[in-house]
Amino acid sequence: MDPQAAKLIGAGIAMCGMIGAGIGVGNIFGNFLAGALRNPSAAGSQIGNLFVGAALAEALGILAFVMGILIWIS
Amino acid sequence: MADPLHQFKVQPLPGLDFGEVTLPVVGTVHLAFTNSHLAMTIAFLAVVAFLAVFTSNAKVVPGRFQVVGETLFGMIDGLTDSIIGHDGRKYFPFVFTIFLFILGMNLLGMFLSFTATSQLAVTATFGVITFALVVIVGIVKNGPGMLKLFWPSGAPLVMRPIVGLIEFFSFLLRPITLTLRLFGNMMGGHIALKVFAGFVATAIVGAAGWFGLLIFPLSMGMTIGLTALEFLVAFLQAFVFAVLTCIYLNDVVNLGHGH
Repeated sequence: MDPQAAKLIGAGIAMCGMIGAGIGVGNIFGNFLAGALRNPSAAGSQIGNLFVGAALAEALGILAFVMGILIWIS
Repeated sequence: MADPLHQFKVQPLPGLDFGEVTLPVVGTVHLAFTNSHLAMTIAFLAVVAFLAVFTSNAKVVPGRFQVVGETLFGMIDGLTDSIIGHDGRKYFPFVFTIFLFILGMNLLGMFLSFTATSQLAVTATFGVITFALVVIVGIVKNGPGMLKLFWPSGAPLVMRPIVGLIEFFSFLLRPITLTLRLFGNMMGGHIALKVFAGFVATAIVGAAGWFGLLIFPLSMGMTIGLTALEFLVAFLQAFVFAVLTCIYLNDVVNLGHGH
């Protein structure tokens, strides 16, 4: 296989790590919404925790994204 | 199509490239005033000017800009107070500085052609400064007792060394995740923006033929939507950086108190 093509395919495969980040962030927001609808009065105070959780889950996907970019431009 | 990575290139501003310069301690370096340098300077001046203007003639009934300043101040103050607790006030200046500087650079990146926080060197500096502060505060406050941070008292005795080792490595990973989260979010967002803006340009110059009539409204709408999203991300990433700084500081400030 052409090395250039293999590099681009590899960069694309490295992006698969973002799937996990998508599932994780979706899970957090979905569960937050489910909880917030059950007890709306407590929801406002948990917005900070919500975004920190989303950021922590997203960071692991970002690792894969950066890896993919590094493979692409190297 | 235009290269979406071109915007991240650090280049000397015309007329401000000083070439190879020999410095006393560092040795020979390539000295230049780059666009990255310019973006950070503008962000710094904007933050200082904004705060100086809104505090210089503070009124009891605040005006528009004073409300913005007071809201930001109150938000970070509430953050350090609720997360770190009693000692939070001491760390407020650091968290507020880093929050405002990152927010300034993120937001200016939406207006200028260059985002300073999409440079790994810039975000790594913030990550390392925060990590170093956490380690120094931990050692000064707890001495050797800081090692308790890695000793999980809730786990079964057999598991403790293994969990402690994992805790230790996840502690070492903190500056890397802090760095990459900010860097990846800003870079990814701006790449996506430029890719869709490139589609618009492709459609307008007619490179896509009659498909352009279909491509143009779709990608133009996407660009507008992504721009709005990027403003949210710019604020959110600065906020998340501040919250995580508070959480990491809380770990070492209130070690063993079960805050």
